[in-house]
Amino acid sequence: MIITSTKDLDAIRQSCLSRLYTPEGVKVNIGMASCGIAAGAQASYNRAIQEFSTKQGITISQTGCIGFCEMEPLVEIVAQGKPRMMYHHMTEDKIVEAINGYLVGDYHKKWILGQMRDPRNLLEDQIPNPQDKIQPAEGFPFLEDIPFYAKQVKVALRNCGYMDPDSIEEYIARKGYYAFMKALTMAPADIIKTIKTSGLRGRGGGGFPTGIKWESCAKHSGDRYIICNADEGDPGAYMDRSVLEGDPHSVLEGMLIAALAIGSKQGFIYVRNEYPLAVKRLITAIKEAEKIGLLGDHIAGTNFSFHIKISRGAGAFVCGESTALMSSLEGHVGRPRAKYVHTVEKGFRDGPSNLNNVETYANVAPIILKGGDWYASMGTANSKGTKVFSLVGKVINTGLVEVPMGIPLKDIVFGIGGGVPRKKEFKAVQTGGPSGGCIPTRFLDLSVDYQKLAEVGSIMGSGGMIVMDQDTCMVDVARYFLDFLKEESCGQCNPCREGIKQMLDILTNICQGNGKEGDIELLEELGTTIQRFSLCGLGTSAPNPVLTTILYFRDEYEAHIRDKKCPAGVCKPLFHYEIDPEKCTGCHSCAKKCPQEAITGEKKKPHQLDQSKCIKCGICYDTCKFDAIVIR
Amino acid sequence: MNSSVSEASLELDYRELDRIIGEDYQNDKENLIMILQAIQKTFNYLPRPALSYLAVKIGVPLSQIYGVATFYSTFSLEPRGRNIISICLGTACHVRGGDRIHETLVDQLKVQDGQTTSDNRFTLESVRCIGCCSLGPVIKVNEDMYGHLKPDEIQSILGRYE
Ligand SMILES: Cc1cc2nc3c(=O)[nH]c(=O)nc-3n(C[C@H](O)[C@H](O)[C@H](O)COP(=O)(O)O)c2cc1C
Ligand code: SF4
Ligand code: SF4
Ligand code: SF4
Ligand code: FES
Repeated sequence: MIITSTKDLDAIRQSCLSRLYTPEGVKVNIGMASCGIAAGAQASYNRAIQEFSTKQGITISQTGCIGFCEMEPLVEIVAQGKPRMMYHHMTEDKIVEAINGYLVGDYHKKWILGQMRDPRNLLEDQIPNPQDKIQPAEGFPFLEDIPFYAKQVKVALRNCGYMDPDSIEEYIARKGYYAFMKALTMAPADIIKTIKTSGLRGRGGGGFPTGIKWESCAKHSGDRYIICNADEGDPGAYMDRSVLEGDPHSVLEGMLIAALAIGSKQGFIYVRNEYPLAVKRLITAIKEAEKIGLLGDHIAGTNFSFHIKISRGAGAFVCGESTALMSSLEGHVGRPRAKYVHTVEKGFRDGPSNLNNVETYANVAPIILKGGDWYASMGTANSKGTKVFSLVGKVINTGLVEVPMGIPLKDIVFGIGGGVPRKKEFKAVQTGGPSGGCIPTRFLDLSVDYQKLAEVGSIMGSGGMIVMDQDTCMVDVARYFLDFLKEESCGQCNPCREGIKQMLDILTNICQGNGKEGDIELLEELGTTIQRFSLCGLGTSAPNPVLTTILYFRDEYEAHIRDKKCPAGVCKPLFHYEIDPEKCTGCHSCAKKCPQEAITGEKKKPHQLDQSKCIKCGICYDTCKFDAIVIR
Repeated sequence: MNSSVSEASLELDYRELDRIIGEDYQNDKENLIMILQAIQKTFNYLPRPALSYLAVKIGVPLSQIYGVATFYSTFSLEPRGRNIISICLGTACHVRGGDRIHETLVDQLKVQDGQTTSDNRFTLESVRCIGCCSLGPVIKVNEDMYGHLKPDEIQSILGRYE
């Protein structure tokens, strides 16, 4: 079948709705993004198939990541007339028991995260909600009411975890490609106007207004290219991966709409090498879209043609930068160039090229369908809509969260994230990856938007949020980022190539106990020079993590330099472990685990730690439940 | 490492090379990076003769191909071990103790990053964020992912690979 109208979409949608929402028999949806698979979802899936696929009326299916990565593998079980249940931490054994239990109405309380009241997304408004009539199961919270989900609003992630990413029918059933059909009837200028009204800013880091970028690209003549930046180079960030793996069609649809607005026939998706599953799902999605005439020549029976090609990166962070990415797409070394001429005028193959981030494209379809004003009604004055963050590091509920812009930082880290595990003290949140900065405790009330983050010396970046606790050494974190950037600098300009190395040497010295008076000032001076004289964003932002940690954690730098101490117990030459005899219960657990046999002692009596044997591996520190191992 | 030995004994399958370069990637130099990836996948590294052959086929100077092959971190110009261990050194893994896992691996395998054990069993490579930060610290052995790692689990994981 070739789609030529919204009616055709309706037909597919109707035929698929029940499969999604009111399946016949029992449906088991297993979260199968990379994070779920890594947590063991594949084994659960295989086992479920083996056990139930031959049984009548049981369907085993896959979905993307629903965000609560800490709880993975996540499995949803649903049957007509019964509550939808979400099970967490499934294993191959548990899943069999969970399904068998569900069949007879016996839900395993400890395994259930919650019941799902309404799995539909914000685009669907007409279908009756079958779930309304169902008697909720007593004693199980609704997913939307638990703290992790309560404050989230999903636009870019609207489909992730709610449909099979390999099924275009399910995407259409969730109102996919309706925005594209609508855009086909709009004038390009009106599409651009809608995006401008929405206030959408690019989610790849810089936050450039998307509508304005589209407009200027459309102005230039020549073969125009639509490019999707799926390089996601920031360590500690994986929202783009989740969108690609959980909802690839939303990115294709966003690119299609951009192509209509700008007037392009050819699109590229540049995916980083580390994301093989994303590539696989994208390939499937492109094939499926071609099959029903939504990609290729004469799309939807019109004169509009658009092809999308996937290109894979090969492990270079700098290739996320727009000019480097385009150079890499051409098969060259990915070195940035000076942007006297913008890529919207002269980019890939010297043609006008529009580059946007994955999440940016994922936001486009809902904006077209619901209007720019709708999107602009969420967020703050300068930052509209919602933003996806990957909340990771020292936080209880790690995962992917989408919240309206302007939400207080505290609500993300403590409300959604549940705070720092093991009763440790919160120290900082790092945002913006290697281009960003560390935000200390005193700014927890900060409302998160582009401007407020910049005011405290950090940036939104692509959305990585790494929570740090008392055991994180801020000098080490600064050293870590510089080490990363030294490796990743393309090396063509001096301040970046040499300057980062100089700063790294100083920081390494400090971490090894060889810091000198004046080092901090020298770091600041070097940092400012690198910021001012580097060519691309890598160099100009490289000093940020160092400068913000100096700004907010100068005392830690001083402790390293003056007292030769690492208060967090990370820089090995600058601390040692001791056993506090007052607190030690003599439980012996640490001694059993110490690889050096450095800990000895009689049961139930305070133990001893032999410094000459200890390699400071920290296993005892992590093991002791009584805080008896202390950092000195 | 004994790259010269294996290089000499390596019989290049030119038909396979033709298939990759010509059929899968239409002799198109714009596809250079993906061609190199496919070659590496086939031979486990980028053999010198394969690159010379490629240079002629797609009309790109060998020097430029080397430029690309050395710029991107996933390419290896030397043979690699039977099992590739990728340790994540991303930020989320770092703050959760990825360094200790790294040290343990270096210690047990007796190789540094990018090196292969003398029995060709393992190659150790560090990567920056696999995108499974919620499970940090993370390592990947071939296609298998291990998360929430503790240093004392490394030995038994290594034991699963021949
Ligand atoms: C060193 C460097 C790395 C970057 N890496 C990425 C990346 O991995 N993903 C991304 O979308 N943008 C990245 N960017 C930003 C892009 O250059 C570009 O601004 C962005 O993709 C534009 O899309 P947007 O307008 O939708 O944000 C990077 C920039 C620099 C300077
Ligand atoms: S700033 Fe650094 S990464 Fe950017 S072009 Fe210069 S050397 Fe290359
Ligand atoms: S830090 Fe490691 S080596 Fe030292 S006492 Fe503790 S467990 Fe043993
Ligand atoms: S684990 Fe803690 S309490 Fe137990 S013996 Fe070791 S130091 Fe003492
Ligand atoms: S930081 Fe290790 S997987 Fe992201």
